[in-house]
Amino acid sequence: MAQGKVISASRRDPLRPFLFPCSISSQLMSLPSAAERRIEHTMKRAENRQTESDARRSALMAAAQTGDRVAYETLLRDCASFIVWVARRRGVPSDRTDDVVQEVLLTVHRARATYDPRRSFNAWLGVIVERRAIDMLRQIHRRGAREVHSPLAYESHADEAVDLSAGIEHKEKVDRIGAALAELPRRQREAVHHLMLDEKSLADAAELTGRSKGSLKVNLHRALNALRLKMDRGD
Amino acid sequence: MDGSNDHLISALAADLRPVRPLPPPALRTLFWLILVAAVAAALATFADVAGMWHRMTAVPDMWLAGLGSIATMATAAFAAFEVSLPDRSRAWALLPLPTAALWVGASGLGCMRAFVLPDTHIAAIGETRDCLLFIIGLSVPLSVALIVMLRRAYSLAPPLTAAMVGLASAAAAATLLNFFHPFDASATDLAVHAVAVVIVVAAARALGSRMLENSRAGRVTIPPAGSN
Repeated sequence: MAQGKVISASRRDPLRPFLFPCSISSQLMSLPSAAERRIEHTMKRAENRQTESDARRSALMAAAQTGDRVAYETLLRDCASFIVWVARRRGVPSDRTDDVVQEVLLTVHRARATYDPRRSFNAWLGVIVERRAIDMLRQIHRRGAREVHSPLAYESHADEAVDLSAGIEHKEKVDRIGAALAELPRRQREAVHHLMLDEKSLADAAELTGRSKGSLKVNLHRALNALRLKMDRGD
Repeated sequence: MDGSNDHLISALAADLRPVRPLPPPALRTLFWLILVAAVAAALATFADVAGMWHRMTAVPDMWLAGLGSIATMATAAFAAFEVSLPDRSRAWALLPLPTAALWVGASGLGCMRAFVLPDTHIAAIGETRDCLLFIIGLSVPLSVALIVMLRRAYSLAPPLTAAMVGLASAAAAATLLNFFHPFDASATDLAVHAVAVVIVVAAARALGSRMLENSRAGRVTIPPAGSN
């Protein structure tokens, strides 16, 4: 604005038609450059845009208060980028801005009756975003004080519940069962293999082996008794 | 825009119901003060109003203490309505402090008179207990009425709002106590009044903030993403 006054004053200079050549350069220095004029023009346009966007959002919110869902959805979508901008300016990390956006949207929804359409919507929303951003920063700070970010330590942390000897014992037991199973007669071994290890039904096992169901049951019973004896003896 | 935000916006739009913008805080404060005035009018029918008026005009510090408690009641209620709006500064909570200082200071002057004038009636233990019960007992319905009026707002600082509710109600009750308080506040009496006000403010802060949080208008149910 002040710059605008300078421009108009220099244009109304009564001595301007009678400038001497030596003073031309100093006059040119006092005139705003094209870049300065561009900046001024851009600032004015931004100011107008801001006022326009505020008026538009205010009208949308007033419509939303009467129950206009289309206006409300348009308003919320329009506000999302503004919320992100304010939150980032407040120092919210970019990976948490979505959380702030959602908190603010929920607050706007719940507090929509508190908006006075005669006041600036952007100012109303801006304060809510600031408060929610501060809440988020406090939450991050509290979490940071309690937790340590150390993915390598997490990966290399030894699980105290794990018993290393248990694996060896399990392997030894499997080997012993395998050896005991190999020593069984063929019919008993087949019965264990089909009915216990492959978990086949009696009918399927009978069909595969070509023996009766009764024979399979007897062989399985004998095989299990023999295995139990061998394991108890510790062979 | 992020998908979850998109989903949330659609859910909020689907949940939209028409709302009436809240009246300005000053007008809402006036409604509550009218309620207090109605209670005062009801109590005045049982009280010796002429005697109270005589005491007030005879002793300027009693008049000042009454003025301080009335101003604290009005400013604390106004501060509660301001702080209950999400965009208003929390500094509004400082508004009742000067009037509260006037209230406490002028009551303290009355307390000093008991030392200067030996014939001054000093409240007995039974009378101070009645004061305590009166302030706490009357503060409860006034606080509930104020919290009900605040339910439509959405405070981002419920404990602070509730503390203002407690202060406004306690100040109102202390003001109305003047109807039935035909003597100056002695040191014990003043301490009892202060304890009663602190109890009311603390209870309102603890219980009122929970009530304000639970009764926040417009609870939203967001369906899980992809459910529609």
